[in-house]
Amino acid sequence: MSGIPKRSFDTLIIGAGGGGLRAALQLSQADARVAVVSKVFPTRSHTVAAQGGVNAALANVVPDNWHWHMFDTVKGSDYLGDQDAIEYMCRAAPRVVYELEHFGVPFSRLDSGRIYQRAFGGQSRDFGGDQAVRTCAAADRTGHAILHSLYQQNIRARTHFFDEYFAIDLLKDQDGYFLGALAIEIATGEPILIEAKTTLLATGGAGQLFRTNTNALVNTGDGMAMALRAGIPLQDMEFFQFHPTGIAGKGMLITEGVRGEGGYLINADGERFMERYAPNAKDLASRDVVSRAIATEVREGRGVGPNKDHVLLKLDHLGADIVKKRLPGIRDTVMTFLHIDPAETPIPVFPTAHYTMGGIPTDRFGQVVVPVQQGAEEPVPGLYAVGECACVSVHGANRLGGNSLLDILVFGRAAANHIIDQLAEQRYHRPIPEGAADAAMARLSRWNRQGKGESVPALRRELARVMEDHCSVFRNQEVLQQGRDKVLEIRERLRDACIDDHSQVFNTARIEAMELENLVEIGVATVTSALARTESRGAHSRIDYPERDDARWMRHSLFSLDGDKMDYKPVRMKPLTVDSFPPKKRTY
Amino acid sequence: MSDLARLRWKCRRGLLELDLLFRDFLDHGYAQLDAEQSARFDALLDYPDAVLLEWMMGRITPTDTDVARLVEQIRSSARP
Repeated sequence: MSGIPKRSFDTLIIGAGGGGLRAALQLSQADARVAVVSKVFPTRSHTVAAQGGVNAALANVVPDNWHWHMFDTVKGSDYLGDQDAIEYMCRAAPRVVYELEHFGVPFSRLDSGRIYQRAFGGQSRDFGGDQAVRTCAAADRTGHAILHSLYQQNIRARTHFFDEYFAIDLLKDQDGYFLGALAIEIATGEPILIEAKTTLLATGGAGQLFRTNTNALVNTGDGMAMALRAGIPLQDMEFFQFHPTGIAGKGMLITEGVRGEGGYLINADGERFMERYAPNAKDLASRDVVSRAIATEVREGRGVGPNKDHVLLKLDHLGADIVKKRLPGIRDTVMTFLHIDPAETPIPVFPTAHYTMGGIPTDRFGQVVVPVQQGAEEPVPGLYAVGECACVSVHGANRLGGNSLLDILVFGRAAANHIIDQLAEQRYHRPIPEGAADAAMARLSRWNRQGKGESVPALRRELARVMEDHCSVFRNQEVLQQGRDKVLEIRERLRDACIDDHSQVFNTARIEAMELENLVEIGVATVTSALARTESRGAHSRIDYPERDDARWMRHSLFSLDGDKMDYKPVRMKPLTVDSFPPKKRTY
Repeated sequence: MSDLARLRWKCRRGLLELDLLFRDFLDHGYAQLDAEQSARFDALLDYPDAVLLEWMMGRITPTDTDVARLVEQIRSSARP
């Protein structure tokens, strides 16, 4: 490592979304020396996109309690969520919401002056009874308000920010202790070693894996891929949440409200095809049914457009007045991006990838855990993960709305508290062995190679297309096997890819090339895990195995890069203090 | 060139809507700006994502007429 500048901190946090910033604040307030590395300016993290709110059983509108919230989350997860982590999260929820209020998040108010809460799908009272009202919201910009408040609090607490730095890989020693990371400053291309006693990954999801997705371009799963390369398996990667209607080829969400108002889907023949798939509910059938129907229409050649790759969502029959009055946001989005008025012209739509349920396996303290000999979940020394990049697992096979902001806040805080205890015991940095950053440096310098090779942007488009065609909402043995072959081939071809720009200053081509490397590893993990799981559960729906199979598959998947192998571990069915919720058929 | 690269990275936002609009604008509209307008675009990117989204979706018009004109230019560069 001679020649590479080094900075030392107690804790390195990679990622400056809500999870990373909540942890950073807790640590800085406890006088730990904290560095946050973020590839974009922190307040441009994807947490800003979370509009809905944070679930917490505050009972401000109707009676509620954390145990009901826990039941809904376990059931929503299709019983794949770990019940100890879910109990912990639901019990901690009111407290983290009140803390946010003290940090300055301007929650909307009820007439009584209490925090405003709204009703969301999948929420119930009394273990599956009436609708609950549990989601605390700051208008329609809850995520934005949380991110900005946490950033300002971190500035006050003197957290050190490395803005526009890209983390390349983690550093560890021969005993398996994690020691920080190698990063580069994007503006100068200069590498830097950031040494830390503990490292926390909070890099978010990987929605960019799919052609049509709702995620910001930054969501390339960098932390998950770094963990994989460091020998950590990824858990439950086959579970990816899709929304049935996104703008085709672009990804922005078109809310279910459009179909609620009377909009319906048609294929190339102008046929209202949902009548065939769900004769009663039609266009208001559950999300997975509508998603699969759209994908089936396209696969069977009834797609619309020059590439026959989408269907149409028709609402012109509702009349311009209704569209303008009841769906103004959707009309703005469609007019801005497609230059058409949905009151006159149908909207091209396709299922859009939204949330990565799987990720880096952790316990409820945010410690990364891996199988070691007899133990299924042994903590990895010095390494933590929280939020969408992690799999704790509170979302199991399917995430409920309002639980993702809660996840990042509860476990960002919990991980920081565990780290604070850890730091009290570990006063000195462990030495970074000679050569610990060699592989990471090689990964960086590999992109300086001159010559002709495949284009990075073209390979990225191809990967996203393959993942959409073979591993989104239409899954069976044949389709997934073909998908896996294609993704493995893309991985091979990427080894020979080249970029034209070899400059140091703001070389975004090189960053994008390393992001693609990350996406490809996650693509292999996702399609391999999906191929192996021969059942349907939550967001993972197999046409050839339509039923949930608890006897065989009530277990977490673990994908390792070493040999691209699958392993499994049990679901933690035992909560902390209450009785376990045994698996039942999931109906709403 | 490096200034364009810097701006390209600054156009990486927390919201997909802004990512796509700014990318299209850099590719299809930015080259036509003069120095003063380029500086205005750079400054525009310092606004928070939630404010930019309201402007870019046409829900709110910026009070500064020069900024409002720039927002319209960006909106009209969106590629369907």
